[in-house]
Amino acid sequence: MKNIFLLTCLTFILLTSCKSKYLYKIEGRQIAITDSLETKPSIEDYIKPYRIQINKSLDSVISYAKNTYSKADGYLNTAIGNMMADAVYEESNPVFKSRTGQDIDFVLLNHGGIRAIISKGNITTRTAYNVMPFENSVVVVKMKGSKVNELVDYLVREQRAHPVHGLQIVIDEELQLKSALVNGKPIEANLTYNVATNDYLYSGGDRMTFFKPNDSLYVLNYKIRNVLIDYFTKKDTIAPVIDDRFYQTKQ
Amino acid sequence: MKRRDFIQQTAAASALIGLGGIGLSSFKSSQKKITVLHTNDVHSHIDPFGPEDGRNPNKGGVARRASLIESIRKENPNTLLLDAGDIFQGTPYFNYYGGELEFKLMSMLKYDVATIGNHDFDNGIDGLFAQLPHADFDFVSANYDFSNTIMDSHVEPYKIIVKNGIKIGVFGLGVELQGLVDKNLYKETVYNDPVESAQDMSRILKEDEQCDLIICLSHLGYNYSHLPDKISDLKLAEATKDIDLIIGGHTHTFLDKPTIVKNLEGKNTLVNQVGCYGINLGKIDFYFDSDKNKSANGTSIIV
Repeated sequence: MKNIFLLTCLTFILLTSCKSKYLYKIEGRQIAITDSLETKPSIEDYIKPYRIQINKSLDSVISYAKNTYSKADGYLNTAIGNMMADAVYEESNPVFKSRTGQDIDFVLLNHGGIRAIISKGNITTRTAYNVMPFENSVVVVKMKGSKVNELVDYLVREQRAHPVHGLQIVIDEELQLKSALVNGKPIEANLTYNVATNDYLYSGGDRMTFFKPNDSLYVLNYKIRNVLIDYFTKKDTIAPVIDDRFYQTKQ
Repeated sequence: MKRRDFIQQTAAASALIGLGGIGLSSFKSSQKKITVLHTNDVHSHIDPFGPEDGRNPNKGGVARRASLIESIRKENPNTLLLDAGDIFQGTPYFNYYGGELEFKLMSMLKYDVATIGNHDFDNGIDGLFAQLPHADFDFVSANYDFSNTIMDSHVEPYKIIVKNGIKIGVFGLGVELQGLVDKNLYKETVYNDPVESAQDMSRILKEDEQCDLIICLSHLGYNYSHLPDKISDLKLAEATKDIDLIIGGHTHTFLDKPTIVKNLEGKNTLVNQVGCYGINLGKIDFYFDSDKNKSANGTSIIV
């Protein structure tokens, strides 16, 4: 009994006076998650049905590409870019019109926003994810003709195949602006134009600073990726071409 | 057996275990180790990158992270698992399931606490709220005021966890939402000054709650060299005191090793971030000793 009492005291001392509370050392490091680590089966098994379901959906065929389309094919306009700008117009305009009673005048996207090629053959939902992995959405900016002229100057200066729809730009041999038309008519500085683009560019992405200030901004909450999925779903086959929406005249 | 006898025998047994386990010499000095594991900006990267990936071939993957965490926990049961936000957005898992699988897996991995990143609002604050039933872990944010939102009462400024007698306070900080996230998504969430919030937190956790360890889960971003006025983890560390560790996110910063910053009192604060997409796991071990002399010359940091 005496021993037990002693041990109880000892325990009490151990538990109270030996409180380990003084931080004296910190060791920090980073461990890479690589294929040398074991895959925990219970986690893997849990993920599997989700993965299968997503892959089934992503791999479902929604259209057919007549050829392979790359943003590298073309000088001032590309077939894949033209298709994207056309798709944004076709899919967004009904949404915009139902809200405002007005039409989109033209579309401007960015060449860098085309993130993958479209290969000849079946187009799946995954194609849309590959071409547009980002979450950017369509916005419509109501802007003055004078700002549209700035937009045109930018395109002339950049000489990049930024996708457009409804806008036609011709530059001469000296790379100077020859003509710029919106739906076949010259741009008038005092008119306002409804320009569809994406929220990234609207925020000044790719140095597109001409969207601000503006008269109004309409946020459609319509992701570019969903525009593509909807566009593909409606088309049996896509066969976009390089055309005359942005080109340089030859001597 | 009488109750009194039982208590005495149990006490005797535990004393013997105590003596046997740590030896007589450690009667003077006993040690405790707390391991803090952390991720940030996993962005729905549940599957590992494929072998053909241009940037991160064969890296990442939740099922691998799970086995790593399990082995670390086996080594030290006094382990905390934390995430610094942007759990959502980045793979079709999020587009198809809205974050359900991300939260379910984090719960299976036994995450303790996470903070909220800007992308966690990508399906709106309602979209985040809808996934909460799948999260068996807590969200902390000291500078987002959710009072006028659906998230009210679902996010605490801080959380206290006691591991092996060590009291650990974990608080959260979120990045300014205006200009970064559409107002329609974050709605009436109010962003408060992170430095003021952090100062309040360190006072409450140190003085009122008497925490032994204070950790900040931050989604402010590591550093903005081109924006000298923008608050970041490095600046936060300099402007505060009593924070032992800032676990960062948002800027997807890959560090060779955690950064040591002198805080307001000239003491060391550790700032860490482990890139993004679940490619790395951060591991910070904190060693405590009963002997005050061991820490008399400050805490030694090995990184």
